[in-house]
Amino acid sequence: MRLRNRHWFSKTGLWVGLAFLYIPIISMIVFSFNNSRLVTVWDAPNSPTLKWYGELFSNDQILNAAWLSIRIAAMTATGAVILGTLAGLVLARFGPFRGRALLSGMTTAPLVMPEVITGLSLLLLFVALQQLIGWPASRDITTITIAHITFSMAYVTIVVQSRLAGFDNSLEEAALDLGAKPPKVFFRITLPLIVPAILSGWLLAFTLSWDDVVVSQFVAGPGSTTLPMVIFSKVRLGVSPDVNALATIMVLIVAMGVVTSAIWMRRQERRRVREMQMAAAANK
Amino acid sequence: MPRLPLPMPSHRLLAGRLGPWWQLFFRYGPPRWTHYMRHNWAGKRLVIAVPYLWLLLFFLIPFIIVFKISFSEVRLAMPPYAPLWQFVTEKAVDVRLNFGNYLFLLTDSLYISSYLYSLKVAAISTLCCLLLAYPMAYAIARSSPATRNLYLMLIILPFWTSFLLRVYAWIGLLKNNGVINNFLMWAGIIDTPITMMQTDFAVFIGIVYSYLPFMILPLYSNLEKHDYTLLEAAADLGANPIVSFLRVTLPLSIPGIVAGSLLVFIPAVGEYVIPSLLGSSDQLMIGRVLSDEFFANRDWPVASAVAIAMLLFLMIPIMVFQRYQARELAGAK
Repeated sequence: MRLRNRHWFSKTGLWVGLAFLYIPIISMIVFSFNNSRLVTVWDAPNSPTLKWYGELFSNDQILNAAWLSIRIAAMTATGAVILGTLAGLVLARFGPFRGRALLSGMTTAPLVMPEVITGLSLLLLFVALQQLIGWPASRDITTITIAHITFSMAYVTIVVQSRLAGFDNSLEEAALDLGAKPPKVFFRITLPLIVPAILSGWLLAFTLSWDDVVVSQFVAGPGSTTLPMVIFSKVRLGVSPDVNALATIMVLIVAMGVVTSAIWMRRQERRRVREMQMAAAANK
Repeated sequence: MPRLPLPMPSHRLLAGRLGPWWQLFFRYGPPRWTHYMRHNWAGKRLVIAVPYLWLLLFFLIPFIIVFKISFSEVRLAMPPYAPLWQFVTEKAVDVRLNFGNYLFLLTDSLYISSYLYSLKVAAISTLCCLLLAYPMAYAIARSSPATRNLYLMLIILPFWTSFLLRVYAWIGLLKNNGVINNFLMWAGIIDTPITMMQTDFAVFIGIVYSYLPFMILPLYSNLEKHDYTLLEAAADLGANPIVSFLRVTLPLSIPGIVAGSLLVFIPAVGEYVIPSLLGSSDQLMIGRVLSDEFFANRDWPVASAVAIAMLLFLMIPIMVFQRYQARELAGAK
């Protein structure tokens, strides 16, 4: 009883923390329906209104930037998933090889590297490459995507690596014993096991790219302005209600996506557990 | 690579007329093909090479370039820095190493004070983050598995929404005519609005808010593994809850505290967006100084020197973090 009773402190802490996390988001959503241009003063007679949503969807600059950001984020996520899965596989399954420590270092360092340093170093690389071999000819969607892949593949690597570390490799060993070639083992056994990790890695890389402003500012050329860059230059001048509307839409999409994927993963996990139980029962 | 014992050949083979010969073959014969494939297949090198080369080209080499440019001189051209070496004649190379950029960092008080200010802001924010996150992680780790997942989802959900927009949300709350001041004035607690925007307080709030999940998750994954019978034993032996927390739970959770703190501290030192939106323009953080040198002054060599100096500051925490991360992933097995 004594042990149970003293949880009130940490429980209160949890609820205070959750309130701290959600109050700003909720206030942003509420004020997106506010009629007044002074974002934080509630204009009761004329609210709620969808005025700012209308203004948002007629703003070509924001729409173009959003489309550019979506394309970059999708390419980034796909590239980061391929490279990150390979790196995670190598680190989790290939055992010791020469240069493993360096690879492991290069996959964890981007997790904590300040963005200004990543951005500056990548831009200087692109400039040096352009002088040396003439590529990339201009800084555009390609350079942004390469930069985003580089910092987001670290997250995919960690997710995949820890998922693989959670399974022992007896299934893969068995398939190799039965004569399957390593690529076949990967596609038939390893890949299906790590699909949840790959999926969440893809979403994570997409979000990181979609969200990035600092690295993009360094490596973007004049013609390629991503959505976060537009938002950043807008909110530096102060609050603007159409940004609230944009934020509300993004929060809604993310919330739906997270809830759906949580349900899907839970179902997947349950199916796996059930299959393993059935397999164990069949073996008896 | 040690040779694996060959698998048991089938009994029919061994019982046949050539049985003894097969036995010899299996004992001393060539390594089995699958064994060869497992350890030496050609694709293995390719699989290692692809991510390796990518990271070498786009992560490691850029740092070498930054290092190189930090020693060159600024000039009015594109790119705006002088080459480090030039072929004077066919045989003589003129190398110009210029330590001026680093001397400049040491002599101009702007840089030193920005570094110190960044370290201070990052340290205080990390501490606040830890104090807020610890009870949360503890409460989640002690709740039942079903509610645990719900809480974790609630913690992670804001992290999936835009970082920039979450920082932006605080402008609406902290402004002079923002939500907090309006509420306090409506409640009659204050008469004049408190200035919160463009102060250190706003920067702390912004950093704690944005990095909170990074603190909670490592702490949670540590606290979740604790054996709570230890606490019961401590209670049975007469320790009160505070003593048993200080002497059992806290020492055991140090790896989680270290990992979470580094995940917050290191990026917070170089933070650019939060101080730009919420902080004052009198005292700049080093990330802002770097980008101003780069974009506003177009002094790439000095910006590179600022980056290298920042990396030197952060080298030790980054290495500690890497060792922790490697141990954590090895321990997951």
